[in-house]
Amino acid sequence: MKIAIASGKGGTGKTTLSTNFAAYLSEFGDVVLCDLDVEEPNSGLFIKGDIVHREKKFKMIPQWNEDTCTLCGNCQKSCNFHAVIQLGPNIMVFPELCHSCYACSELCPTSSLPMVNKKIGQLTHYQKDNLNFIESRLDIGEEQAVPLIAQTNKFVDDNFSDFIIKLFDSPPGTSCPVIEVTKDADFVILVTEPTPFGLHDLKLAVETMKELRKNFGVVVNRYGIGNDDVIAYCEKESIPLLAKIPNSRQIAELYSSGNLIYKEFPEVKQQLENIKNFIMNQIQQPTV
Amino acid sequence: MKIAFTTKGTNWDSEMDPRFGRTEYFVFYDETKKEVTSYDNRDTGNDAHGAGPKTAQKLFELKADVLITGNGPGGNAAAVMNKTGITTYVGAGEMTVKQAYAAFIKGDLKKV
Repeated sequence: MKIAIASGKGGTGKTTLSTNFAAYLSEFGDVVLCDLDVEEPNSGLFIKGDIVHREKKFKMIPQWNEDTCTLCGNCQKSCNFHAVIQLGPNIMVFPELCHSCYACSELCPTSSLPMVNKKIGQLTHYQKDNLNFIESRLDIGEEQAVPLIAQTNKFVDDNFSDFIIKLFDSPPGTSCPVIEVTKDADFVILVTEPTPFGLHDLKLAVETMKELRKNFGVVVNRYGIGNDDVIAYCEKESIPLLAKIPNSRQIAELYSSGNLIYKEFPEVKQQLENIKNFIMNQIQQPTV
Repeated sequence: MKIAFTTKGTNWDSEMDPRFGRTEYFVFYDETKKEVTSYDNRDTGNDAHGAGPKTAQKLFELKADVLITGNGPGGNAAAVMNKTGITTYVGAGEMTVKQAYAAFIKGDLKKV
């Protein structure tokens, strides 16, 4: 089962939940946690495993061959992303804007735009006991997270097909990278905080998940601050409330020094158990 | 010499648009013909990415010699502008086209 951990608002506790839940579940069996917030992966700060494997990741971009080009302009017309620009006798390619659709390359009558590899990031597989942790990191200056997320998803599919629980730590927001992370998930956990900002962005995330026809539930982090509007909203919309992680200075201190919190806080461990029970129920009674 | 201004309107008294790639319009002043024309660039609003290079390419096609704008082109657009040979002046974002032209003539605008 693929479980994506997402949020509308940033900084609500996706990584806190992902790392603690993954470590907790690994006490019972094999788990893979994949950090797909490739623009700023930080789950690795909390999972201190050994490196099993590391590989560079690439995307395909066109490379202009000046000698054979007839300057017909097909490439520029076919590019929806303005990644290929014709300027008098020059063709300019902007690799960061390119979506690797191959249109310019395929439609070039003289094959003057062959597709070549461009490195965009790196994937690392760490292991700690039962916990396999996959982290992909986008290179500085790269604008597109989606190709790296898609390739990392494939790596997990290819290497962990027999794993029952696969967790995916998503970027915040509701834009393309979040869609890429959640579109193949069997269940999405939306992490929020009980504040007006948290509620506002949770609503955006809920609308997105409904549009994607996803099965999802909500975890309230830092429970005790703000107000009860998030709880009331979930009740009104019949959204399952999976857990409430209490607001606590000691939790923040543990987190800020790179430690997992559930082992020190029985009440947090209890909340993780609640989520586990809910998920196990989902696995036994799949809702189609 | 044909001078391009990034603008929020279509005439000599229009306010400048400080943005380059997503400027709403261009106003052109042809110094030889003493003629003011404009170009509607608002369709860049539909582009999620790549507005800068697209606008720079358009400016090349419209045969501008000088660009007067506010903040100046970003990285991708600047790469295109460098190839076009169009000279860019910045710092006119808060002016009208008329004021920007006067500032350009006086030498008050910064050349990129």
